[in-house]
Amino acid sequence: MPRLTADARHRVRFELNGRAVEADAEPRMLLTDFLRYELGMTGTHVGCEHGVCGACTVQIDGVPARACLTLAVQADGAKIRTVEGLAPAPGRLSVLQEAFRRHHALQCGFCTAGILMSLDYYLRHRPHPDEAKLREYLGGHLCRCTGYAPILAAAIDAAEKLREAPANA
Amino acid sequence: MKPVRFDYIRAGTLAEAHAALTTGGDDARIIAGGQSLVPMLSMRMARPTVLVDIMHLPELAKIEVKRNVIRVGAGVRQAALLAWPELAERQPLLAAALPWVGHAQIRSRGTVCGSIAHADPSAEIPLALLVLKGAVELSSQRNRRRVVAEEFFTGLMSTARKDDELIEAIEIPCSTAGHGYAFNEFARRHGDFAIVACAAIARKDGVRLAIGGVADCPIARDFPNIDGDALDDALDYFAADLEARDDLHATADYRRALVRRLGRATIEEARRCRA
Repeated sequence: MPRLTADARHRVRFELNGRAVEADAEPRMLLTDFLRYELGMTGTHVGCEHGVCGACTVQIDGVPARACLTLAVQADGAKIRTVEGLAPAPGRLSVLQEAFRRHHALQCGFCTAGILMSLDYYLRHRPHPDEAKLREYLGGHLCRCTGYAPILAAAIDAAEKLREAPANA
Repeated sequence: MKPVRFDYIRAGTLAEAHAALTTGGDDARIIAGGQSLVPMLSMRMARPTVLVDIMHLPELAKIEVKRNVIRVGAGVRQAALLAWPELAERQPLLAAALPWVGHAQIRSRGTVCGSIAHADPSAEIPLALLVLKGAVELSSQRNRRRVVAEEFFTGLMSTARKDDELIEAIEIPCSTAGHGYAFNEFARRHGDFAIVACAAIARKDGVRLAIGGVADCPIARDFPNIDGDALDDALDYFAADLEARDDLHATADYRRALVRRLGRATIEEARRCRA
């Protein structure tokens, strides 16, 4: 039974956006801080830090989850995907990201990374999303700039483009 | 907004988890999905010195049906129970209640038993367990015992669980033919904490209604087959007995009004489902 002591830093290893990564964390370190401060991956934002705002949403073992409600040590051995893993190549945006740009689905961008990680999962599993379900799903995120309408429009547009050419996700 | 320091134990067997709780006493806490505990840690409302992670015990991650009871292990995430193909048929009330638990992004990690252990007064799963007369299986190094829901929730975020015990599973009775089930709740935004949540079972000889979000823990009451003004009066008394309080989200008056209106609507929906 591994016991990680409170006052020491312990090695945490997981797969991040398809690459093996490792760094040290105290047991109390949240996954948000581990990603940002230990791994330098600052695309994941920290908003409310108690699970309400959705800004820190990442994908853990393939499903969207709050990085601020996960300890780094709990993520040991997991597969994590963050906003940095969405673009298919440097300088290119994913279909969903492109739709966000086209529809002005972000202004300050603080909430965007989390919303992208949720919608990326949702559109993969529901290629024909209806607007009511999308609204409910977006209820897990707070955006104080857009009023959500352009985000919905971007999601619906992206779903359509993904149905035409799913390989471009 | 950072937790206090604690040791973290990833339990490899149930016995290891029991041992850690026995040694740690009330300074040790189980962590499963962490969706309620981690915010409590971050806000320093919880200050354990040891956390015991039970999510790597495959024997706890099971949903089983035995003798008309659904047994949900401590490692089962809310999303996994919601995705269980037999759920709506086995227990429609649970199927109706689960989509109200947090948001999809929370249910993906949060566990069914974790919500029972946390015992938030407005939580949906404790309410469902109470109205359905379910039970909680507790185990420790010393013994194992089964506590019925009515006796498990003892007050505001407090339960009958002893410091060295962990919730191994909950037991939820399957639906009964001829009974109607309904669940409703009101919150400012879907996924927020319920201002009032209602769960009802309509039988041939009466109706059972449980209310969450008002008293310190969910409360159930059985009514005979009454209707019209008699039902309104009975709900009025029930609402008054819940000792609603004013808070940031709603006044006590508003909560009582919701118990009367939403309670009645939920009873009527359960009766329609029975027919």
